[in-house]
Amino acid sequence: MKHLAVLAALLAPLPAMADVDPADWEAVTAQAEGQTVYWNAWGGSTTTNDFIAWVGSRVAQDYGVTLNHVKLTDTADAVTRVLSEKQAGQNENGAIDMIWINGANFAAMKEADLLFGPYAEQLPNWALADFENKPALQTDFTVPVDGYESPWAMAQVVFVHDTARMPDRLGSMDALLGWAQANPGRFSYPQPPDFLGTTFLKQVLIDILPDPLVLAEPATDANYDAVTAPLWAYLDALTPHLWREGRAYPASGPAQLQLIADAEVDLAISFSPGEATAAIANNQLPDTVRTFVLDKGTIGNASFVAIPYNSGAKAGAMVVANFLLSPEAQARAQDPAILGYGTVLAMDKLSDADRALFETLDLGIATLTPAELGVVQDEPHPTWMTRISDDWVARYGVAQ
Amino acid sequence: MSRRRLLPLLPALTMLALLGPVLAGLWGTVLPAFGHLPAAGLTGPSLDPFRDLLGWAGLPRAVMLSVGTGVLATVMSLAIVMLVTAGWSGTRVFGVLERLLSPLLAVPHAAAAFGLAFLIAPSGWLARLTSPELTGWDRPPDLLIVHDSWGLAMTAGLIVKEVPFLLLITLAALGQADAQRSVRVARALGYGRLTGWLKTVFPRVYAQIRPPVYVVLAYAMSVVDVAVILGPNTPPSLSVQIVKLMAHPDLSHRLEAAAGAVLQLLLVIGALLVWRLGEGAVAALGRRWIAAGARGKADPVIAGLALVAGAVSALAVFLGLVVLGVWSVAGFWGFPDALPDKITMANWLRFGPGTLQALGETAFIAVVAALVALVLTIGCLEAEYRHKLRVSQRALWVLYIPLLVPQTAFLPGLQTLMLNLGAEVGRGPVILAHVVFVLPYVFLSLADPFRAWDARMGVIAAALRASPDGILWRVRLPMLLRPVLTAFAVGLAVSVGQYLATLLIGGGRVATLTTEAVALASGGDRRAIGVYGLMQTGAALVPFALALLIPALVWRNRKGLRHG
Repeated sequence: MKHLAVLAALLAPLPAMADVDPADWEAVTAQAEGQTVYWNAWGGSTTTNDFIAWVGSRVAQDYGVTLNHVKLTDTADAVTRVLSEKQAGQNENGAIDMIWINGANFAAMKEADLLFGPYAEQLPNWALADFENKPALQTDFTVPVDGYESPWAMAQVVFVHDTARMPDRLGSMDALLGWAQANPGRFSYPQPPDFLGTTFLKQVLIDILPDPLVLAEPATDANYDAVTAPLWAYLDALTPHLWREGRAYPASGPAQLQLIADAEVDLAISFSPGEATAAIANNQLPDTVRTFVLDKGTIGNASFVAIPYNSGAKAGAMVVANFLLSPEAQARAQDPAILGYGTVLAMDKLSDADRALFETLDLGIATLTPAELGVVQDEPHPTWMTRISDDWVARYGVAQ
Repeated sequence: MSRRRLLPLLPALTMLALLGPVLAGLWGTVLPAFGHLPAAGLTGPSLDPFRDLLGWAGLPRAVMLSVGTGVLATVMSLAIVMLVTAGWSGTRVFGVLERLLSPLLAVPHAAAAFGLAFLIAPSGWLARLTSPELTGWDRPPDLLIVHDSWGLAMTAGLIVKEVPFLLLITLAALGQADAQRSVRVARALGYGRLTGWLKTVFPRVYAQIRPPVYVVLAYAMSVVDVAVILGPNTPPSLSVQIVKLMAHPDLSHRLEAAAGAVLQLLLVIGALLVWRLGEGAVAALGRRWIAAGARGKADPVIAGLALVAGAVSALAVFLGLVVLGVWSVAGFWGFPDALPDKITMANWLRFGPGTLQALGETAFIAVVAALVALVLTIGCLEAEYRHKLRVSQRALWVLYIPLLVPQTAFLPGLQTLMLNLGAEVGRGPVILAHVVFVLPYVFLSLADPFRAWDARMGVIAAALRASPDGILWRVRLPMLLRPVLTAFAVGLAVSVGQYLATLLIGGGRVATLTTEAVALASGGDRRAIGVYGLMQTGAALVPFALALLIPALVWRNRKGLRHG
């Protein structure tokens, strides 16, 4: 008996170490009050930075949560940090409480058990999310989300062009290649492994493959070379006609948009249908800029927030994740003058007042309507992105 | 009693503050370079990290970039400074140039690099000012100027920052080189001003500025922030690649990063050795040149060219800061407009709050780091004075070690080591890392005026029964207020400019103006970069202005102390 009691005492988790139950929302908000949440999010876009700062002021006001934006140049930095903390045995109070994440980084963290959860579907505002019609909310780059990350924005690839110098849209990646050959030096894409640069590579592959369904399964040594061969042939044809002949690339999406304003290029890729309109409002792009999508459609995905397993402020992070799903935050994110991100909410689940927040939004001159955005293509399995990105760096990243 | 025991400990403590992190960091680099990284479940020894590094196709070019840009930037800035000083020192023109260049020393490298990038890009300000009227360009030419494959833009960015540094160091050395009389004698013998200076003064001056020249070489070979902003990226220079590898999600890449760091260290050591040998060769050639007795017919031409180079270098930084200022208030500014279509305060309103928060963090870290460095420096100098210690030349080199060992060689190791120890990241470790870089500059800046203080003042005060501490606090330091404040300002400026130490040791949680500005560089929002770059420059410059102003105010009724 005595032994059993000792054993039981040893096995019982200490109250201080127990994580809060996401389903008990009152307990979550109570514990969140006074917590400081370090949100590691890509900091290269000033409009996103402003939005995160606003979120910080709102959760401080409503829940007493202090939000600190740790501005990353690459989300992989945050994954490294958590991984090294785990390997160093720092299982509590890690440096990171929340990460803006999706795709390969999520797959890596989920696989390595670096995430807290499941929590996403217990958040009160999850009920408003449009998971019935937006499969990307529950399958991130073909990987099941399983509640380990909470969505906060929808993204879809659009192409940004300055109609003053390039009046017509392009219907396909082959058309883009032809246009680039006719207009050398007037197009570039962000340098992989930047996520938007790798997205461009995936978009090329999906558009030129006769049957892109093969990309839904993990890449294998057996099929990788054959499937990606058309991509490398395409890039070999395109690269000499790129801006600076492919000897330099813009560092990121915003840096690439700046090149349009500088009249250095006429065409750019963007992962946010509203980004061009927001950039016009911020004087970063001329008002002659418009956007288009390809005839067969373009890649779409969702942006999420995930909580590392060793965060010391999980309750605070959940409060922030829930706030990001609120109609107030979603409508603000969709306002093209602020951010121009697509909402993850279902309009028919909202109250009339909340729906009005969205219906009164002016999408702006350079934003396509949901109908015009057309077909949303699925993201390939993350293994494709990882391998293509590594291959690109080896082939073109050390060109000259 | 306790204080008397504390003072002799300060030099040892200073050594520890200087060398401890460097040695620990190198240790933390060497272990993973040979395959030992327990945090990733890897135990060495193994040569795989070096094999991985050698397997990277970009390595030859990355190494060439590090060595090429570093050596070229050092040779060019040294040549400009020496020739300008040789041709013009003592003239009014030199006085003007000196006044122009001195404040540039405080401009952080990143801000100067941003300014230069905005200036010289094909769609930059210079092209905008002349297009389409002079150039006929209605769209910018497709020329690879910034991020060029040879790293010339990056070299230029280093030169414009190293010229002011070497010039100020040279000015300090001139005083002890008996320059004016030597040149006068040489000129009486028929030598031109420039040739006479080079033949008589240069050897003595160079002997004195040799350590700072080595610092410039080591720094230029391993710089990260300037390389990110101006340098090539297909592939980048070795240091940038090391930082990229450090950030890779797969921890095993840290081994390759460590191997790269060891290579970087070896490259710097090799370059320093070759440079040292080159000094001998230059000396031998120089002696032959002196013996040949040429009087310097080309002097005016060379002096003129050097002046132009010096002026262009100063102007590039100034114009760069101006264009940062223009971007910070720009509405839409398309090519080829010379100015934005409207001026707006919206950018400052938008980014102002963020910069103020970063300014607070920057100022806190800088003030604490500079204070620690100042206390250690004064403690060392006072201990040396009271205990009549003689500082050997070799001990002086200790000061230079943190500046000579490439940052990319020991900071990643220090980060890995701290991680293994489970040490908390945050302000504390960042401040300690800053002290490593701040301390040498504070010491070098204060040592000469402190030692030059007239010890007879101390004798008089002692005769009036002042204690040694009393003499220090009530006589010596007040008299030395201006150099103490200048040293403090130097320390602040060095701390404000630290990028890698803040980024790696802070674990991303410590956001200073410099880390925020370099992070913004990837986003390319020039309005934000303009605001952050100007704030960063201000944070480094204002303390210098105060260092001049405060003594003037404090001593408004004690004019005799002003030049103490």
